[in-house]
Amino acid sequence: MKDTVYVDNKKNGIETYISAEMAQKRMKKRILLDKAAGIIFSFTIIFALFVLGLLIYRVVSESIGWVDIQFLTGKLSISAERAGIKSVIIGSILLMVIVAPVTLFLGVGTAIYMEEYSKKGAIQSLINTNISNLSGVPSVIFGLLGLTVFGRLFNLGSSVLAGGLTMSLLVLPIVVVSSQEAIRAVPNFLRDASYALGATKWTTIWRIVLPTAIPGIMTGSILSLSRAIGETAPLVVLGIPALILRTPTSVMDDFTALPIQIYYWTLDAVLTKEYANLAAATIVVLLVLLFVMNSIAIIIRNKFQRRY
Amino acid sequence: MSNLVNGKQINKKSNSIKFIQTEKMMPVILLLIASVSILTSIGIVLTLIVDASHFFREVPFKEIFSTKLAPLKENPSFGFLPLIAGTFVTSAIAMIVAIPTGLTAAMYLSEFSSVNRRKVLKPIIEVLAGIPTIVYGFFAYSFVTPLLMKIIPGLEAKNALSAGIVMGIMIIPLVTSLSEDAMNAVPDSMREGALALGSTRLEVTLKVIVPAAISGIIASFVLAISRAIGETMIVAIASGSTKNFTLDITQPMQTMTAYIVEFTSGDAGSGTVGYYSLYAVGLILFIFTLLMNLLARYITKRYRKEY
Repeated sequence: MKDTVYVDNKKNGIETYISAEMAQKRMKKRILLDKAAGIIFSFTIIFALFVLGLLIYRVVSESIGWVDIQFLTGKLSISAERAGIKSVIIGSILLMVIVAPVTLFLGVGTAIYMEEYSKKGAIQSLINTNISNLSGVPSVIFGLLGLTVFGRLFNLGSSVLAGGLTMSLLVLPIVVVSSQEAIRAVPNFLRDASYALGATKWTTIWRIVLPTAIPGIMTGSILSLSRAIGETAPLVVLGIPALILRTPTSVMDDFTALPIQIYYWTLDAVLTKEYANLAAATIVVLLVLLFVMNSIAIIIRNKFQRRY
Repeated sequence: MSNLVNGKQINKKSNSIKFIQTEKMMPVILLLIASVSILTSIGIVLTLIVDASHFFREVPFKEIFSTKLAPLKENPSFGFLPLIAGTFVTSAIAMIVAIPTGLTAAMYLSEFSSVNRRKVLKPIIEVLAGIPTIVYGFFAYSFVTPLLMKIIPGLEAKNALSAGIVMGIMIIPLVTSLSEDAMNAVPDSMREGALALGSTRLEVTLKVIVPAAISGIIASFVLAISRAIGETMIVAIASGSTKNFTLDITQPMQTMTAYIVEFTSGDAGSGTVGYYSLYAVGLILFIFTLLMNLLARYITKRYRKEY
């Protein structure tokens, strides 16, 4: 046994050998290291979970006693006790009313073109590259685009429409990519069957491909909406004012949205301490909204998505 | 009777004409829709370049490399180095937090944890990624900064350290998720081969899996840096708006993104040099992030190994 040798690492190109005894000794160290690494690595996950818990705990504990009917249905006010966020919630909902149809129209249209019509060629790779570059552009830059094009060029100011269109362009890549995946997942035999019955290409897409792909498309759209509802920077850049006392009634009105209000209240909390509670309460509303939207997306995915 | 048939026939004919028209129209309409995304890119580049050129007409190009930034003074000066330093410092802190944590978490999920545990843990990490950044900003203001002020005496209420740490926490899920995908893509045969030769899990991870997945891992780091450079709300809240040129992380620093946000919320009127300076800063920011994204794509393409 003692003569048995094991090849160790090559050092300077020469193979060095160690005895079986040495190898046994090293084994202990190696196993110990492995165990230690397992524990240390799992700590990083625990750290992430801990932070998530802490974040939710902080927000909830600061908002306790502040989220009530008066807060949800009242008007914005400088006085922290009387402030309510009805107009803010309506602002966010109006924003969604613009973003949802616009992104659905543009995103699904782009995805259909790329998956069903364009040949694997220059145009497709151009659009693909473009989409992936767009998804990497910081949101604040989209704000500058919105400010110049929608705000000043189209003269929409800081209306719901300007905000909604800016946000739509921001989340467009998410909808395009998820719709592309959904359309790609529709099996070819469905298309072939439709053609065999004499249907044209567009009829096939409209009647067969899209209905089959709709759960995947919906999931992607809801996820993109939940991104849009929490995005702050583009709206701040559009110049949405801190305090709007009127509730927006049309898409041309000035508005404020949940994340904007959180931002201004957090900034002003240095001066008025209660504003931190208002910000926390608004965050609770925002997170509940996000939770509901994501749950709907997951339910749609699990319930309606079929694998072929 | 014949009339009716005739009527039907006419109907059929007009129907089929409509069909053919739709059939011919749809590709064109869809191409127009698809070109919106390209128009968006062109719009971004044009907006930034046109308005930044207004800025450079008034301000000599050399001036942006100075360290004095005072856009609202009577004799305004536009040295962007303080902003670039702020962006660099906060991003560096974020990376120091996010890369080790994110990578080890990915190693754990991919190589150490059981399948069931992974099924529970991965969605939770993804929840962290779905939280709006403004919420992290609030977290920095209400928890991390007060905590750090207790630990480090002399820390300002707004500082680069707190903003960087929270930004790092925000980016952990991105690093974890992308590098875990890369590690998962390494085929099991390699894992099993190394294990069969007597390697421990740690050795398999460090000597086989990570080298095999290195392109995806590095790409995730580069994308994380790009995210950190472009992140706005956390730094706008936690890092302050002082425009001094400093590398001291206990001091307030302004990043490029925070400068844009601070200025558009009302200070600079349209058409002034200060207003156009936003676009110059935006252009620099855009170029930085674009280069990062292109680099990430290049790395994944160039060094990807197919198994």
